[in-house]
Amino acid sequence: MAGDDFLRWLRREGRIVIVGASLAGLRAAETLRAEGFAGSLTLIGDEPYEPYDRPPLSKAVLLGKASPHHTELPRRREIDATWRLGVAATGLDTAAKRVRLADGDEVAYDRLLIATGVRARPWPRESEARLDGVFVLRTRDDAVRFRRRLDSSPGRVFVIGAGFTGSEIASACRERGIAVTVAERADAPLVGALGGVIGAVAGELQREHGVDLRTGVMVTALEGDAAGRVRAAHLSDGTSVETDVVVVSLGATRNTEWLAGSGLGAGPRGIACDAGCRAFDFRGIVTDDIFVAGDVARSPHPLFGYQFLSLEHWGNAVTQAETAAHNMISASSERRPHIWVPAFWSAQFGVNIKSVGVPGMGEQIMITQGSRAERRFVAAYGYQGRVIAAVSFDNARWLEFYQRLIETAAPFPPDFATVDRRAEGRAPMPADFPDPSLPTHGPTVTLSGYSPADRRLVFTPSRH
Amino acid sequence: MTHASLLQRITDYAHRADPYPLYEELRKTPVLHEEEGGPYLVSSYWDIAGLLHDPRVSSDAANLAAAGADVLGGPDETGLPPSFIRLDPPEHDRLRRIANRPFGPPHSPRLLDSLRDDLAEIVSGLIDGFGDAREVDLVDQFAYPFPVTVICRLLGVPREDEPRFRAWVDPIVANLDPDTEAGEAERRRAAQEARTHLGMYLAGLAEQRQREPRDDMLSALVTSQGPDGPMSVMEVLSTAVLLLIAGHETTVNLITNGMLTLLRHPEVLRRLREDPDLVVRIVEELLRYEPPVQFVPQRTCIADIEVRGVTIPKGSRIWLVLAAGNRDPERFKDPDRFDPDREDIQHLGFGSGIHSCFGAPLARMETQIALTALARRLDNPRLLEDPPPYRRNAVLRGPRHLRVGFDGLRPERA
Repeated sequence: MAGDDFLRWLRREGRIVIVGASLAGLRAAETLRAEGFAGSLTLIGDEPYEPYDRPPLSKAVLLGKASPHHTELPRRREIDATWRLGVAATGLDTAAKRVRLADGDEVAYDRLLIATGVRARPWPRESEARLDGVFVLRTRDDAVRFRRRLDSSPGRVFVIGAGFTGSEIASACRERGIAVTVAERADAPLVGALGGVIGAVAGELQREHGVDLRTGVMVTALEGDAAGRVRAAHLSDGTSVETDVVVVSLGATRNTEWLAGSGLGAGPRGIACDAGCRAFDFRGIVTDDIFVAGDVARSPHPLFGYQFLSLEHWGNAVTQAETAAHNMISASSERRPHIWVPAFWSAQFGVNIKSVGVPGMGEQIMITQGSRAERRFVAAYGYQGRVIAAVSFDNARWLEFYQRLIETAAPFPPDFATVDRRAEGRAPMPADFPDPSLPTHGPTVTLSGYSPADRRLVFTPSRH
Repeated sequence: MTHASLLQRITDYAHRADPYPLYEELRKTPVLHEEEGGPYLVSSYWDIAGLLHDPRVSSDAANLAAAGADVLGGPDETGLPPSFIRLDPPEHDRLRRIANRPFGPPHSPRLLDSLRDDLAEIVSGLIDGFGDAREVDLVDQFAYPFPVTVICRLLGVPREDEPRFRAWVDPIVANLDPDTEAGEAERRRAAQEARTHLGMYLAGLAEQRQREPRDDMLSALVTSQGPDGPMSVMEVLSTAVLLLIAGHETTVNLITNGMLTLLRHPEVLRRLREDPDLVVRIVEELLRYEPPVQFVPQRTCIADIEVRGVTIPKGSRIWLVLAAGNRDPERFKDPDRFDPDREDIQHLGFGSGIHSCFGAPLARMETQIALTALARRLDNPRLLEDPPPYRRNAVLRGPRHLRVGFDGLRPERA
């Protein structure tokens, strides 16, 4: 079949399979239908639930303001799909174009979208991770279990890791009047994502809200009692903290294991794809019929030196899914690149934190508006003399402006006056990111080099 | 000068009924600077949206005066400090946060919803008041009294005092009109005098509320105990002046422009009668198509800003012509068509950025309730005069009267 004929056939009666039934999978399915795909559509998801929204799980749900059972994503349109929920994909045969499922079934596709996302990185010592009272928070089931425990008024919650999720959990607990200890191996919360200057503000915010924040420490062991319930956490500084709940918040692991042996360029850092969302195979050759979107994807970005970006961002999942879906059923001349500017938000301790760009690339930072002491400010990050990112605390309405600075590679430090410039904003200072070769749990944007199918990463020794 | 500048023609009352051809001409020069010392007019959607979020653009009245704003105010001699609409952060943010505590989320998330039934009742009372008439002036008999009643109730201003404060509000609003005709000095003086009187009037009410707080915003402002602390008495007064005026002046126009537009598009009016939910889209499209605030003439650049290759020098005044941006074909397909079915109506009608309309949720709700009720209850409504006579103001643009004929009133519950 000539290309045009194939596309016509595909759009009319082809089979599209989407592995991953969360935000990216759903939005891709809706886009396919919106753009006229009339063939068969199958969504495969390892959780038994229809697509739901995750951001509330570490915020409103923990506060009791929303039910974990009712965070379903709003549907934009009918998608007329076959749902295979509660059954994980376990393998991919790219030659036969079939996805293998955990129940032994196989699903054939003409075009495949991989949107399997990430999962919470568990506590590495399995026996300790199994103790009653030790939680992770990523899925709806996690949220149900954790919230039930919070509702039973624990004496203390111990949070391992002060990235965004860990900090939001600590915030929710404090709002409910529960004692919280947070242990973070870096010198401040959010350091991996936003650097030390902003991390210091986040740390003050936590302490002001009564969090027992321990920085520069690692958790060396979790101790259980005779009944198998967690009772204490031991820290690398020799101290220990009695607690009846531990939340492990050490970031995420990409769900790519099921692709082992498939020949795709998939590894612990995600699945490499081109800007059009087509997956690379491990030789670095782009595939024709396999697309990637959402947290599991890593794709090159022209604004950031064409480095491959992995983004654990809600908005990225949506736009990348839309782009992937469009490209799946479009001729090459009609395809679009995914060049979304990373944007991220978090709500914690009464503050709305929002960032655009890739703060982690920043060498320097300048407080361009407002004041850190007031917890209301905008800061711009600079990289090699240009603006690469910005973050706001309770000042999100200015960020569109900074996004344009990033998009136009505007010079850093900004050489113009702004409203609300304070003394602290007269000159840039080092952004104070930790050595990137040291592992952190926190960044939600990861730059992962240039090689599309960087197999070396597979051999990165585990840090535990 | 042999012919009038575009700016003069836009502010010229002769073009009030239909300024849109002028805006189209304006968009041909997206950054227009016609006269040394005059403002830079920005008229295309993306440029306006960008400048509304640009921290190099100041709303501070002091900067505006320094920029030689001969048209709009200059130093205020009333003794009242500028309200937050004429301030930059951090003062703007602090005052707006305090004002928002009794008005919207997160502290008062249910206020507006709790007003819904009251608003519907006011509307149905006004329509019942048409009685046996077969012709009304929709402005005087409906679009004006409705939001005035609402803002009085919300703020805690006695409704029966309307004739008193009306006499002060009018000159203040007139002074917001950047009419390039002469008489500015006189107009400014009248506005300042009116603002002083209005402030003194509100000071009396504020004092009462301090002694005996009630369930209204004025009481909340004088007793505010949030993390930002209380407003000073003078800040309360200038905030109350702002809320009282902005709380109804623009809504009158939105409702009137709304009914005028619906009567010019009877098919949409018919659909609204049958499908009240359509009103949400209708009001959004109205805010795009006939925005009640046509342009924002109060901003100053505090740094050089390049827009489409034109450098607007530091210290210049800029006018953001929202109504022109709302019909920018670069942004909206078929922009001169009134089409509530548009997929994407991300209009500039309420501005954007930190100064985006404070009362937007209230204005939306008022207009939705008003238009739905008018569509449902007026039998065979029609325009008796098209175009209607307009108010003088080029910024807060809307009909002065809107004569509507109809065959009778349908009962409240059909």
